[in-house]
Amino acid sequence: MDTSPLLSMRGIGKRFGGTRALEGASLEVRPGEIHALIGQNGAGKSTMIKILTGYHRRDAGEILFDGREVDFASPQAAQAEGISTIYQEINLVPYRSVAENICLGREKRRFGLLDWGAMNAEAERLLARFSIHLDVRQPLTRLNTATQQMVAIARAIGFDAKLVIMDEPTSSLHDQEVEILFNVIRQLKADGVAVIFVSHKLDELYAVCDRVTVMRDGRTVKVAPIRDLSKLDLVTTMLGRAAEQGETAFRRARHNPADGKELLAVEHLAVGRKVLDVSLDVRAGELVGLAGLLGSGRSETAQVVFGANRAEAGTIRFAGAPAAFAEPVDAIRAGIGFLSEDRKVEGIVAEMSVRENLTLALLPHLARHGVVDEAWQKQIVDWFIARLKIKCASPEQKIRELSGGNQQKVLLARWLCMTPKLLILDEPTRGIDVGAKAEIQVLIRELAEQGLGVLMISSELEEVVEGSDRVFVLRDGRTVAQLDGESLSEPAIMAAMAHGDAAGQDARAGRDQA
Amino acid sequence: MIDAKHLRAALPQADVTGLLRRYGALVALVVLILFNLAFTPNFATWQTLNVNLTQVCAIVIVAVGMTLVIATGGIDLSVGSLMAISGALAPLIFLGHLVPLPHPLLGVALALIVPVLVAGAFGWFNGWLITRFRIQPIIATLVLFIAGRGIAQVMTNGNLQVFKVPEFQFIGLGRVLGVPFQALLMLAIVVLAAWALQRTVFGREILAVGGNERAARLAGIPVAVVKRRVYLISGLCAGLAGLIVIAINSASDANLIGLGMELDTIAAVAVGGTLLTGGRATVVGTFLGALIIQLVRYTLLANGVPDAAALVVKAAIIVLAVWLQRQGRT
Repeated sequence: MDTSPLLSMRGIGKRFGGTRALEGASLEVRPGEIHALIGQNGAGKSTMIKILTGYHRRDAGEILFDGREVDFASPQAAQAEGISTIYQEINLVPYRSVAENICLGREKRRFGLLDWGAMNAEAERLLARFSIHLDVRQPLTRLNTATQQMVAIARAIGFDAKLVIMDEPTSSLHDQEVEILFNVIRQLKADGVAVIFVSHKLDELYAVCDRVTVMRDGRTVKVAPIRDLSKLDLVTTMLGRAAEQGETAFRRARHNPADGKELLAVEHLAVGRKVLDVSLDVRAGELVGLAGLLGSGRSETAQVVFGANRAEAGTIRFAGAPAAFAEPVDAIRAGIGFLSEDRKVEGIVAEMSVRENLTLALLPHLARHGVVDEAWQKQIVDWFIARLKIKCASPEQKIRELSGGNQQKVLLARWLCMTPKLLILDEPTRGIDVGAKAEIQVLIRELAEQGLGVLMISSELEEVVEGSDRVFVLRDGRTVAQLDGESLSEPAIMAAMAHGDAAGQDARAGRDQA
Repeated sequence: MIDAKHLRAALPQADVTGLLRRYGALVALVVLILFNLAFTPNFATWQTLNVNLTQVCAIVIVAVGMTLVIATGGIDLSVGSLMAISGALAPLIFLGHLVPLPHPLLGVALALIVPVLVAGAFGWFNGWLITRFRIQPIIATLVLFIAGRGIAQVMTNGNLQVFKVPEFQFIGLGRVLGVPFQALLMLAIVVLAAWALQRTVFGREILAVGGNERAARLAGIPVAVVKRRVYLISGLCAGLAGLIVIAINSASDANLIGLGMELDTIAAVAVGGTLLTGGRATVVGTFLGALIIQLVRYTLLANGVPDAAALVVKAAIIVLAVWLQRQGRT
């Protein structure tokens, strides 16, 4: 096979405002190769892809494609040169026919009119390449998700693509559908089309990919044939070892949390395609970590416990009673708080002040006959601003003007002022400065020692290892390991993420792993 | 630290547009009044004030409900039709066409209460459609925008109802200490709503839902309940305004009551400075917005500009208001 690369991105740098998204990142794809691109959230994968496809402009570096130096001004320009992207969500027109979707933007004309015969024939010919035979005149909505995905791919190939980028193409597919997709990918490879495959499911990478590029913190940290790397290698490389190891502000309290009464018990929980069989439990006064790669079902599990989503199977017990909360308000009443992952989308009300954001959940308790007792409200707000060292000009300042760390403290205070029994934290320290991070970590630990149960989701391994009394590891929607005491270590967690059990460790919760 | 510094640095530029955005409606109103004092003959008279107040009351009352709806990120197109339902129903009641009345005053009492409640029920239905089936507000309220006026016409067989019932018409024509009763009613509603939006749990919940619905739900705010209530209130306001309009006219024509009201009120809300995407609302601003639109129309009419041209000016004001809103968002 020709080994001169089809695509070569070298020394790519990109900054967004003050933050560095990419620095000296590289990516090389050979013709007819299926290349995996993996990395944690924020590692720079999507920025890399967006720079390649002309969605963002790079600040530094060079891109060679098909032997020429390129600099695409827009995704359309990239497409014209043979780079097609298939996104997670299917970008098609649901009520138009399959043929129309495939030929969208490059309709065939005859005498200035649309040539339907030619377009239908072209669509059929394209789909036949993947052994898909269907009536291309029917509207797209009649097809199932996997077939729609195939249509999206056919559309991409239709542009005479030399390189197809697939961004988590399997996230909405069933197992059998994934298999069909893999056959299509192999067919592409056989036809000499290169594929960049972005996924967080390790098994899938091994099933189809030839080589892998691992990114971390905006850099390319590893490029290798995937056969040469074990799953554990992949996970360790992807998560990395932070330079300042052991520098989180957590000090493991080695107290015996087994004394605490059971607070939350989740058994065999299943929701949609992200959560298949999750079991975990939290005792009072205990800080339980929930670890797993992106897409392993951690946030989805938390949302079900909090009543933001309905469980399809499994049982949840809270404070000794069965709990199936229909709405978050029920969970809040029972004594649960939930710090959501995405501050902007699910946390702050940007137009409101610090004061109002802080007391948003508490509001009904602050009122007499529906009228807010503002003196009381102010007292509580002032207390939390002082206690959590929230830096704001005044409680009346709009929350959107605060830094990420201070916004997070306000949201944390929103739950603390409810004096909850259980606090669920989804990435509590993501995207905030080091100082605020340490303060939040210390605070969480203190609260746990005072008897609060904490369930903490975090992608930062050291935060999980150093902060938690116990850790549950999720892998592809299943609980695969429970680690505590001596067995709780970074290697053990990574082993569980990679293989589905913490080799030789107590894998009691992993018994349901197929 | 950074926040405070950043804020102080940003203050000088932000000031002008910020102030305009916040007090733009008030400034515009003052300019209009000064202009009229200088150029419009007989402007500073009781009569002018009364004419303007009378014409603006119904719009303001409906616009208050609309402000609350828009504050949640919704919109209510059905208000004009709900006014028609209420305005068509009231004469049927006090004229005794529906049920025989033991005492005429009982009829008047019922006619002041029942139509408002009926309009409120229809408003609640809007909210139910929106929350139960997750229909976009513009579509859900379009249902009653179309059907509501039809219902009103069916109730009256499309007939004009003419009446002279002073007890009932007090709501539109009565005076208390020389001030039109409807103006007092309007002021009471504006003050109550402005206070409720600022000081009550319900008011804060409205703004939280409009500002970030997902965050509001996760903070335990019963989003569906809040939404149904604002549409209920919007319906009640429309019902009341329908009564005022027929009382002033001594006649009820289901074809005309509240015609175009949804647009007038949305315009008043927008000019007043309420964010049309929800999350930031001012009832007092809406009041000023309605006054501005009314005064512009009056100014043009009083100075010999035809009503048709006034419509264009009205549109220009709305464009200006929306543009000002945009300036504040970076």
